[in-house]
Amino acid sequence: MSATHDPRTGDGSLDNSGDDAGVLLAALTEVDSGTERRLHDRLAAAAAQSGILDVAYRTLDTPLGTLLLAATEKGLVRVAYPGEGHDQVLEQLATRISPRVLRAPDRLDRAARELEEYFAGRRRLFDLALDLRLASGFRREVLAHLPEIGYGTTASYAAVAAAAGNPKAVRAVGTACATNPVPVVLPCHRVVHSDGTIGQYVGGVEAKRTLLNLEAAA
Amino acid sequence: MARHGPTVLRVCRALLGPAAAEDAWSETFLSAMQAYPDLRPGSNVEAWLVTIAHRKAIDQLRAAARRAVPTADLPERPSSTGVPGGWESDLWAALETLPPKQRQCVAYHHLAGLPHAEVAAIVGGTPEAARRAAADGIAALRRIYLTQGPEGHHR
Repeated sequence: MSATHDPRTGDGSLDNSGDDAGVLLAALTEVDSGTERRLHDRLAAAAAQSGILDVAYRTLDTPLGTLLLAATEKGLVRVAYPGEGHDQVLEQLATRISPRVLRAPDRLDRAARELEEYFAGRRRLFDLALDLRLASGFRREVLAHLPEIGYGTTASYAAVAAAAGNPKAVRAVGTACATNPVPVVLPCHRVVHSDGTIGQYVGGVEAKRTLLNLEAAA
Repeated sequence: MARHGPTVLRVCRALLGPAAAEDAWSETFLSAMQAYPDLRPGSNVEAWLVTIAHRKAIDQLRAAARRAVPTADLPERPSSTGVPGGWESDLWAALETLPPKQRQCVAYHHLAGLPHAEVAAIVGGTPEAARRAAADGIAALRRIYLTQGPEGHHR
């Protein structure tokens, strides 16, 4: 029997059957966001328990907009401003660390709480495990020296370059700050120009000014 | 991978019904996350996930058969969507009457959108057999479900 003459398998009736299938199965194709979220949370918990949740993330609403926080099992690996594009940042984390990335707020509870306290003016130091694998070489050296700039104070790019062991690398300090994977927590916003002008910031100059004002007022 | 979550849930629902679908979905994604490092770059992630869901569903059906729960005597379930009827009663009741292979072929072709050749690679047999099973399944569903549905019409 030729397939084209079979009403069940002929090409014409297949299209018809496809349309019908859409109508028939419509009741089954609805997946509401509550169900999706519940399943996702359950999976994240199971994955974390099995040690295969390589990157956990959540978002946090702050005076500087919604921040994306991401952590590996070692510690906080990324803080991203809205302007960086959270989807893009998650793609980068999947590429550079592991595709096993899930929204799993638990791992970030402490980081979120400390950031909330900081933005409320109730915290001057962060006490968080960090995973700085996204920075390497001199940039990482620069990041390691940022916590030496105390709350409410600033340091010049040149001073940070000297502290990091290479006084001539002023520009490289600028790059290290611009690519700081964990801004706010590692305070690159406290690095300013020697003449007192504020300089650039990964979250935008406005955000930098807000952070410096916050620290000056607290 | 998370992008394919809803599609895989639809497939699990069609294979297993409302009670077991979510367990199968969770197991599918957990296995997929475990196996992800071994997946060849450039692979069709959705087809791969459907293949895992297929195996998980078979495992569940076997386990259920071993427990031998008399499903025919189960009381009516409350609708978890808050909508009376819906897919959980009428559509699943219709799907449940299909032979497993027809249900699989309907789910993988019409819900996951896989071509018949890929469906055949998952369920076994030829692409033509997979196409026929999907068409027969849809025809049977049309008979059972649409004639008793609220609108009761089809083209």
